Amino acid sequence: MGTFPLSILVFLPLAAGLVNAFLPPRVGRWVVTAATVAALAIVVWMIADFDKGSGGLHYVTDDAWISELGIRYSLGVDGLSLFLLFLTAVAWVFASLWSAVRETERVRLYFFHLALAETAVLGAFTAQDLALFVIFFDLMLVPFYFLVGGWGREETRVAATTKFVIYTLVGSLLMLAGAVALGALSAGDGQSISFALSDLSERTLEPGTQYWIFLLFAAAFLVKAPAFPLHGWVPDTYRSASIPVLVLVGAVLSKVGVYGFLRVVVPILPDAAQHFQTLIIAIAVVSILYGSILAFSQTEARLVVAYSSIAQMGFIVMGIFALDPKGAQGAVMQMVTHGLVVIPLFFVVAALTVRAGSGSLERMGGIAFGAPLLATLFLVITFATLAMPGSPNFIGELLILFGTFEDKLVFGLVASAGVVLAAVYMIRVFLRSMHNRAPAGVEQREASGLEAGVIAPVVAVIVALGVYPQLLLDRSEEATVAKVRKAGQLADNGGEAQAAPAAQQQVPQQQADPSQVPVDPSQVPQEEVPAP
Amino acid sequence: MTLPLADVPAPEIDYKALSPLLAILGGSIVVLMVGLLRGRAVQRLVVPVLTAAALLAAIGLSIWIWEPGNQKPILVGALSMDTLAVGLSILFYVAGLFAVLLSARSIAVREAGSGEYHSLLMASIAGMVVLAAAENLIVLFVGLELLSIPLYVLCASELRRATSLESGLKYLVIGSVGSATLLYGLALVYGATGSTSFAGISGAIGAQGGVSLTDPLLLTGIALSVTGLAFKASVAPFHQWTPDVYHGAPTPITSFMAVATKAAAFAIFLRFFDEALINSQVEWAPALTALAIATIVIGNVGALVQRSLKRMLAWSGVAQAGYLLAGVVVGTRLGVQATAFYLAVYLLMNVAAFAVVIARERVSEQGDDLSCLSDLGRAQPWLAWPMTIAMLALAGMPLTGGFTGKFYLIDASVSGDYTVLAIAIVVGSILSLGYYLRVIAEMWLGRVDVQLATVPPRRARPVAGWSPEADARAQPEVTFVAVLCAVAVVAAFVYPDPLFDAAQDVGSALSGLRQ
Repeated sequence: MGTFPLSILVFLPLAAGLVNAFLPPRVGRWVVTAATVAALAIVVWMIADFDKGSGGLHYVTDDAWISELGIRYSLGVDGLSLFLLFLTAVAWVFASLWSAVRETERVRLYFFHLALAETAVLGAFTAQDLALFVIFFDLMLVPFYFLVGGWGREETRVAATTKFVIYTLVGSLLMLAGAVALGALSAGDGQSISFALSDLSERTLEPGTQYWIFLLFAAAFLVKAPAFPLHGWVPDTYRSASIPVLVLVGAVLSKVGVYGFLRVVVPILPDAAQHFQTLIIAIAVVSILYGSILAFSQTEARLVVAYSSIAQMGFIVMGIFALDPKGAQGAVMQMVTHGLVVIPLFFVVAALTVRAGSGSLERMGGIAFGAPLLATLFLVITFATLAMPGSPNFIGELLILFGTFEDKLVFGLVASAGVVLAAVYMIRVFLRSMHNRAPAGVEQREASGLEAGVIAPVVAVIVALGVYPQLLLDRSEEATVAKVRKAGQLADNGGEAQAAPAAQQQVPQQQADPSQVPVDPSQVPQEEVPAP
Repeated sequence: MTLPLADVPAPEIDYKALSPLLAILGGSIVVLMVGLLRGRAVQRLVVPVLTAAALLAAIGLSIWIWEPGNQKPILVGALSMDTLAVGLSILFYVAGLFAVLLSARSIAVREAGSGEYHSLLMASIAGMVVLAAAENLIVLFVGLELLSIPLYVLCASELRRATSLESGLKYLVIGSVGSATLLYGLALVYGATGSTSFAGISGAIGAQGGVSLTDPLLLTGIALSVTGLAFKASVAPFHQWTPDVYHGAPTPITSFMAVATKAAAFAIFLRFFDEALINSQVEWAPALTALAIATIVIGNVGALVQRSLKRMLAWSGVAQAGYLLAGVVVGTRLGVQATAFYLAVYLLMNVAAFAVVIARERVSEQGDDLSCLSDLGRAQPWLAWPMTIAMLALAGMPLTGGFTGKFYLIDASVSGDYTVLAIAIVVGSILSLGYYLRVIAEMWLGRVDVQLATVPPRRARPVAGWSPEADARAQPEVTFVAVLCAVAVVAAFVYPDPLFDAAQDVGSALSGLRQ
């Protein structure tokens, strides 16, 4: 276990972005790209260096910042965030590479926002102080407001970015109120206000208070995910944004929300997580079905990806709120693999769009005949998206479904339909674009150097994770399981009581007694979960 | 035979504590006299420099007399130069300095006369200092009038523009109604408690003092005083004058009113409610809570439909007054600190925004319409960035002091058991995105036009004499103010400790508060 100042990782992209602002555009973009590569190198080193057995935090930076408000500058990496950092770094490397090779309008501004965005996302994944997390979470929106609004499809981009930012900021600001309330109300007599996640998970809150704070957080994270009734920004944004930006939004940004569930909500508000378990799982299942069905009926290739993301994020949310070690493990796996799949998927969509002259599936066809490499890469990605056995997504979805079957069998069964539907819509896209008869005007060109260069490495990572998933699972297990332990126990107790008609009253009584919750989580073997 | 006068002891005057106020009043008189001299150099250079010198001297003297914990009233209990008064008066001086810089090329200065303009500005600041330091009802009223009357004149100082005159007249009429209401309210409070000093009023209310909390005379007095003060702070529903007056007044004066007058109004809000009337908090807090929520909603909704930047900032100022009121309502020391902190940040972000508006409206054909910012990100990044930061700060985004300030206010509201106000602040911020983001979109996300290479336009060089057209193109001091304020707004987020320390000292001035 080495040590590493995490601030360097987090602020390296921003520093490069600032330097880039004062350099000629031809040089500046490569400075930013080099910084993203350096960030990836650091994260890869961390993965290699990581202590598998430990669920604690590594590379901790903890300094006083705004002491009057109890906000600390506290960063750290554990098994939960490690691979999300990897996903972030990978996505940014290829997004900036893609943009650096091509001609971009207002290059310096573009790369500045790109760099600022990476700093914000890395910060959100490493923050160990709730206020700091909120700051990075909100900060993400500023660069993305510009990136979506400044470099997308001319006619719709301003409307799209406004919708995107207002949707997500409504959630974020509600979360800000929730976070302040959480910090202020959980400070008992004589305790000073603190937002450190470790302090917050030790302090207890009344279930009633937890409930409304939970709802504020859930609003923020479900908008970001996006989940079914709160996904209104998705079609417009996906239609208007440019491809590298979509890669970042689809692969990484969506994960920050669900990460927040696992990092903040479930461990700190266990009573509320248990109370709203069924509601959130129901939302997740509806998202899965809604996203799958709409993905099937889209003609625009990027919208298929957009709606399939809604479905996939539904799986992840369901895995988290199974409140079960397996479900949580699967959710983390799925977060990483879905992100890794979305990155090349969008680049493939871009490649297809160039060849067909339009993003519409109806105008595509027959590309595989002239482009076997592109077709092969796309096939691997398609299989991964539909969670073919052998792909890492298969392992993720399987774990999620196992976790759900333990306790919420009906929901699990309904959600399984989503796996089938994924096969339907992904294979439809593949057939329509790659096979079929080529309509007039489609170029059957092989993948260019840039296209192959950004798609192939990510596909290689996907395959590697499918072959050796323990790379991720071993490192994330301890940290992830600890997050759902408290809420999982509450859920199990509540589950047993469900037979009795007074179940609703019984649950809060148990929560009121703190001795019900084991103080030392390490005493509880994780396989103790009883069968339903 | 001894003279009867000898029996009257002269009040003891603490000149040290009074020194900033004396510097400002002295400066006001000197500037007025110097302004009588003819000559372009005097009018354009000497008078503003003297004004700035007086303001800087006042800031220096304020720091010199800064003494946390000192609550000794001076001038026979009329004023108290405690950290609350001194801290907030530094804000007035800073706002004044910015106003001097921003009005360096203003038409208003030429038309009203440089000496008069600057002298009135300083007189108004002196009124604010008196108001912030007021320890009894009479001084409160004197301070309020000393603040207001010069501003009525300054609003109308662009003598040849009808809207400026209209703005001054409107402000005069509505301001007078407000003052009259306040005076009536103060008289009733005096009638109920039998004392004009804040300490006396505070002691008289409640079980020990003998004046019941529900005494109708007292309640009516409080209600009328709230109304009068709400006029000054542009708290809804007494805000209707704000957009018109802000829009019509010369923009440097608008920016000064937006930040300094608001700070002064909140200084007296803090003193009057959290010091004099703290014992009857249960009576006035629900009313002020309702006002704060109404102000937040009305201000933000009003701003949504504005295209004029000055009007939009006026409505946004109304909304911000609602946020600030939350810090007063909770009646805790944390609330006072949060209000003081937010006032400081509010000053910086608003001045940055107004500076950009001033720079643009002088050159653009659209005046202060939103479209005057079109594509500014490409044309003038040194103006576009400060405006962007100001808008993000006003909306409460991270990386700006606006976030920290809002966080502080929400924290104070939740800790003081006013969660409803925290929610109102958050909902207000959500609404406010609608118009703040529109400004940013106008600057950065406009249509990308293909630019053909053309012969660069001939630079207008300053011709002999005072040419407003040539002046308007080169206005480095306005850009300087905008950039300075924007940098300070970001600094307030990254390293807020000095501001927090100052806010804490300010909060310690009001001793009768809960933590």
